[in-house]
Amino acid sequence: MKRDILDSLQRARAAQRPVALVTNLESGRQALLDGETVTGELTLGGPVLAQARQAILDDRSATLPGTDLFVQAFNPPLRMIVVGAVHIAQSLVPMAALAGYDVTVVDPRKAWATDARFPEVRMSTEWPDAALTTLAPDHRTAVIVLTHDPKLDDPALEVTLKSPVFYIGALGSTRTHAKRLARLREAGLDEAALARIHGPIGLAIGAKSPSEIAISILAQMTQALHGAPPLVKAQVA
Amino acid sequence: MMTTVHGDDVLAQAAAWRDQGRQVALATVVATWGSSPRPVGSQLAVDDDGNMMGSVSGGCIEGAVVHESGSVMEDGTPKLLEYGVTDEMAWEVGLACGGTVKVFVERVE
Repeated sequence: MKRDILDSLQRARAAQRPVALVTNLESGRQALLDGETVTGELTLGGPVLAQARQAILDDRSATLPGTDLFVQAFNPPLRMIVVGAVHIAQSLVPMAALAGYDVTVVDPRKAWATDARFPEVRMSTEWPDAALTTLAPDHRTAVIVLTHDPKLDDPALEVTLKSPVFYIGALGSTRTHAKRLARLREAGLDEAALARIHGPIGLAIGAKSPSEIAISILAQMTQALHGAPPLVKAQVA
Repeated sequence: MMTTVHGDDVLAQAAAWRDQGRQVALATVVATWGSSPRPVGSQLAVDDDGNMMGSVSGGCIEGAVVHESGSVMEDGTPKLLEYGVTDEMAWEVGLACGGTVKVFVERVE
């Protein structure tokens, strides 16, 4: 890999621009596709360019069938937006960062959203609907609402349900969640939208402590991200 | 351009090693068949002292890839390596988990 390609690739990643690196596996020659610009020693024809763009959209690296060309997609990190700077968030945020997520915590209650509780974490103290509108969650974003407080959770959910996020989770018991769904239905949201909310949040692993609940949330997000079926217990003969 | 390394950024590590004047090879998983421990696109950076960052398997083939990286660092000619299911020969390098991977190894110039 030429150093100028490596530096361009790292600059694009630092600027959170999605790019694709195309490598000829025979010669080692490479080209970097960054927006409309292609740089490097490899000339890319129209069909290869189209496949490189698709690789970025699908977030999927692959050797192109019938060729010696390997396309590696580099997308910005997945995002996680946590509404509620609560105890569970204090466990969830560092775990998600370790799993590669770019995390933002939203809580207008200044007593909760402090640097001491969330050192070096990006915080927003706007009201959740305003914060989520600004953050513009996309198909590579997960939104987790943890406040239990309808005046904070509901506006967050109403904005999030209009976006294509891959995961929405809401903390609360079955009863709390049923009441939440009733309020959102009242606010005009349809059943298809409400069915996108994972509530009560997390995989059923018997989680009790804030850290265990964070694990169950992160596990459920991962399952949703990869479209994996719910885990089933192995059959013992 | 000086490079700072954050977390497990393999490419940043490769750049940082080059900045320190070390020889560096970069290995990338370019194809997999069956159950393989790391997906296509996974990367491993190796320097001329055999230091590693990242992975191309669950630890089954890294040693062999580091070995192959030596000549790639020396002459700059890239290699396309293939590792498959371990057969009965216990000394064979392979994937104990039963998959096959193709790994592209290139020199970082």
